[in-house]
Amino acid sequence: MKIGVFVCHCGSNIEGTVDTAAVAAAAREFPGVAFATDTMYTCSEPGQEEIVTAIKEQQLDGVVVASCTPRMHEQTFRRTVERAGLNRYLFEMANIREHVSWIGKDREANTNKAIDLVRMSAAKLLHNRPLLSKKFEINKRVLIIGGGVAGIQAALDCAEGGLQVVLVEKTSSIGGKMAKLDKTFPTVDCSSCILGPRMVDVAQHPNITLHAYSEIDEVSGYVGNFEVKVKKKATYVDWKKCTGCGVCMTKCPSRKATDYFNEGIGKTTAINIPFPQAIPKKAKIDADFCMKLQKGKCGICEKICPTGCIDYSQQDEYVTEKVGAIIAATGFDLFDWTVYGEYGAGRYPDVITSLQYERMLSASGPTGGHIKRPSDGREPKNVVFIQCVGSRDKSVGRPYCTGFCCMYTAKQAILTKDHLPESRSYVFYMDIRATGKNYDEFTRRAMEEYDAKYIRGRVSMIYPKGDRLLVRGADTLMGTQVELDADLVVLAVGAQAAAGANQLAEKLRISYDSYGFYMEGHPKLKPVETNTAGVYLAGSCQGPKDIPSSVSQGSAAAAKVLGLFSKDKLESDPQVSMVDIKRCIGCGKCMKTCPFGAIKEIDFRGMKKAEVIETICQGCGICTSTCPQGAVQLQHFTDNQILSEVNALCQF
Amino acid sequence: MSCALSYAYYPGCSSTGTSVEYDMSSRAICAALDIKLSDVPDWSCCGSTPAHTVDHTLSSALSARNLSQVASMGLTAAVTPCPSCLSNLRTAQHRMKNDSFRQKVSKLLDRPADITVETKSVLQILVEDCGVDRIRAKVTRPLTGLTVAAYYGCIMNRPAEIMNFDDREHPMAMDNIMAALGATVVPFPLKVECCGASFGIPRRDVVMRLSGKLLDTAKEMGAMALVTACPLCQMNLDMRQEQINSANGSQHHMPIFYFTQLMGLAFGLSEKELGIDKLCVNPRTVIDALGMEGQPL
Repeated sequence: MKIGVFVCHCGSNIEGTVDTAAVAAAAREFPGVAFATDTMYTCSEPGQEEIVTAIKEQQLDGVVVASCTPRMHEQTFRRTVERAGLNRYLFEMANIREHVSWIGKDREANTNKAIDLVRMSAAKLLHNRPLLSKKFEINKRVLIIGGGVAGIQAALDCAEGGLQVVLVEKTSSIGGKMAKLDKTFPTVDCSSCILGPRMVDVAQHPNITLHAYSEIDEVSGYVGNFEVKVKKKATYVDWKKCTGCGVCMTKCPSRKATDYFNEGIGKTTAINIPFPQAIPKKAKIDADFCMKLQKGKCGICEKICPTGCIDYSQQDEYVTEKVGAIIAATGFDLFDWTVYGEYGAGRYPDVITSLQYERMLSASGPTGGHIKRPSDGREPKNVVFIQCVGSRDKSVGRPYCTGFCCMYTAKQAILTKDHLPESRSYVFYMDIRATGKNYDEFTRRAMEEYDAKYIRGRVSMIYPKGDRLLVRGADTLMGTQVELDADLVVLAVGAQAAAGANQLAEKLRISYDSYGFYMEGHPKLKPVETNTAGVYLAGSCQGPKDIPSSVSQGSAAAAKVLGLFSKDKLESDPQVSMVDIKRCIGCGKCMKTCPFGAIKEIDFRGMKKAEVIETICQGCGICTSTCPQGAVQLQHFTDNQILSEVNALCQF
Repeated sequence: MSCALSYAYYPGCSSTGTSVEYDMSSRAICAALDIKLSDVPDWSCCGSTPAHTVDHTLSSALSARNLSQVASMGLTAAVTPCPSCLSNLRTAQHRMKNDSFRQKVSKLLDRPADITVETKSVLQILVEDCGVDRIRAKVTRPLTGLTVAAYYGCIMNRPAEIMNFDDREHPMAMDNIMAALGATVVPFPLKVECCGASFGIPRRDVVMRLSGKLLDTAKEMGAMALVTACPLCQMNLDMRQEQINSANGSQHHMPIFYFTQLMGLAFGLSEKELGIDKLCVNPRTVIDALGMEGQPL
């Protein structure tokens, strides 16, 4: 084999602490290496041309590039060698940037380590064989997890693009957080007026199948051919018969059920439709509060229901959906602000969250759109807003900025003045982050036209004084302490990863950051992709986002899926396990350990043997380390290839 | 709890003067609860506010000396009634986790600084080591009918990472003890507010305002008395109550007890050994209202 080695400077990223010319010189002495050079930017067009030319002029039949991580440019260089007529697997990459130059400053030590890494790659390459992909059929259906505004947008875009869409929503209605909002910034248009029609479109679109009150139980398969087990949670109501008339709600005697939709402002009935615009508009029973399900007594809804759809014996049901791509749009949850002792840790009823306030402002909310203090129902005069509750605060483990609280606080201050012209709003803020289109103008309006008093500083304490609350904070612009009498305190609670986000990520085999937000494929260039082929992201599951950004991502993820499905067949990854039938003794151990069920038993001239189903194998390599005979080998990572790397490194 | 609790006892300077009743009552209730307190031999002042304002090394050296005195007793845990002393001990220990700082401190001392001794307040050992149940079991004369506000002051629980005791914004240790004694405890919202502390000397107006607010709020909440755990808080609220009244035009007559005094009363100890007569605002009417007449004092 004639190997060419290309050592990249990456500008000064590598050259700064690695003597790349010395690495190239050393590489010329390695077995099989016929050509070695160092180049400024190997990934650039002239850099790639240099590889193509060298392959042709030097008749190279293998290439090593020593540069960045393979996650960055392995695909790039595989295409380059392919362009020069080589098989893409006759290429190896040595990571001398992330693994060497970025992590050490000692130029000599770095250079030596880089030489070792290149030696390993060249040694492995000597054992590489050309591998060819197979084409396989794909299932052009898409699963969208989460029916908030991002998921709705993705579903409608995919459906309009002609795809069959399966939308799975955890709660009994789609709409997500946006459905709970009264108005939206910076236009102050009614949230349910703009979202409602979209929700109806989802319900009526012939290409969309909606599983509400359902969760993802299991995900198997791979890009193009996923199999997803969906758990349809028991609603105790036959939704095929339920017409959403709501008579059951008027008669249900259990009226103290937690009202999740209204964020706990007020109570609801055990059998309920969460809000008037719910999609699907179907009733479900909250088993925790239902007298019939808890104590076996009652049964009023069953008697009263005109269509006879109540079924107390209903069980969770499982359906399996076969899809080719998955979009995760699972959104966010509110930060649990009760860790803040200085805000009363939940002891004072008139300290509420911004989303609770939003429900109070909403005409279809529990107070009919009237702002009332939860403690005594009185209209507040002074409303104090506190921003950055669970945002930009290391002490509660939330150092990141949620990004949209500045805007909704300005909106709520404006709405407060609209609802109660005699009221006065005060806003404690750290900085005003209003970086979107028409956003800064909007916050100025809150201050200038709606008389909201903005105070730059944090609140150190809230405590009851008579029937009001005393809010004490700092005014850092004036350098003074401020004390305000408040009737209502609204906390601009930040966003955190949704409950269960980590478990779902593990089912989808995608990664998440230390706060539980899903990791995009690349922070700039792959914002809606993940590192798992066929799984995409939309909305706040990737990081807190306002409505315009969530909608943009929903559309972007849909575009990615439509692009993926524009091909009729996908190419399989040939880096899969293969069974050497001569060595296989048919013990079956590999079948037991394979986490993907990718190995089946076959009969070979009357003998039991194992066989890998190439399209299912994920190339994890567990079977290769299990096989007592060394009969299963992972292509591109065979024992010989790995041992040759070890030998290259441990030669002394 | 069967095993006997034993601690080195560091009274602090206030205990020899302005808060002698805190010292007396702390010793008395610990004796009643079978908690052994052994005085630290030849202890010195913790340096209080002046030392750490002037020089951190000197301040830590003063505490380090006391800690090594404790270590020389062969005891591993020291207890002090005063949160300010405790704050200095804990801060010194915290700073001395830094090797170069510890070496600087050791240079000032005859013996190298010891950072292994565990330091706690009397309040902390009562709730954490002894336990409220054991306190409840000792009550012979419940404080039924007494409504109190528990006031912790600003440094009993803070900074949280150094003091590492109870909730930094909403402590409940004293509230729980008072409830165990049979008293009614109001949800006092200013339990960790500052009383004005040593500003009583250079800026009396600060104490008048801050301590005045504490008294106003306690009264509004319906408290008959305030319960404290800090000599300086107690002094500002008790000894300066008349000054506060004249500065603010208020008419408070609110007894300011150390929590240990009320524990002693509930345990049936005599007023004399609890130093009740040392309080400036006369607690007679409040104590008499408890209906303890006829019972041996």
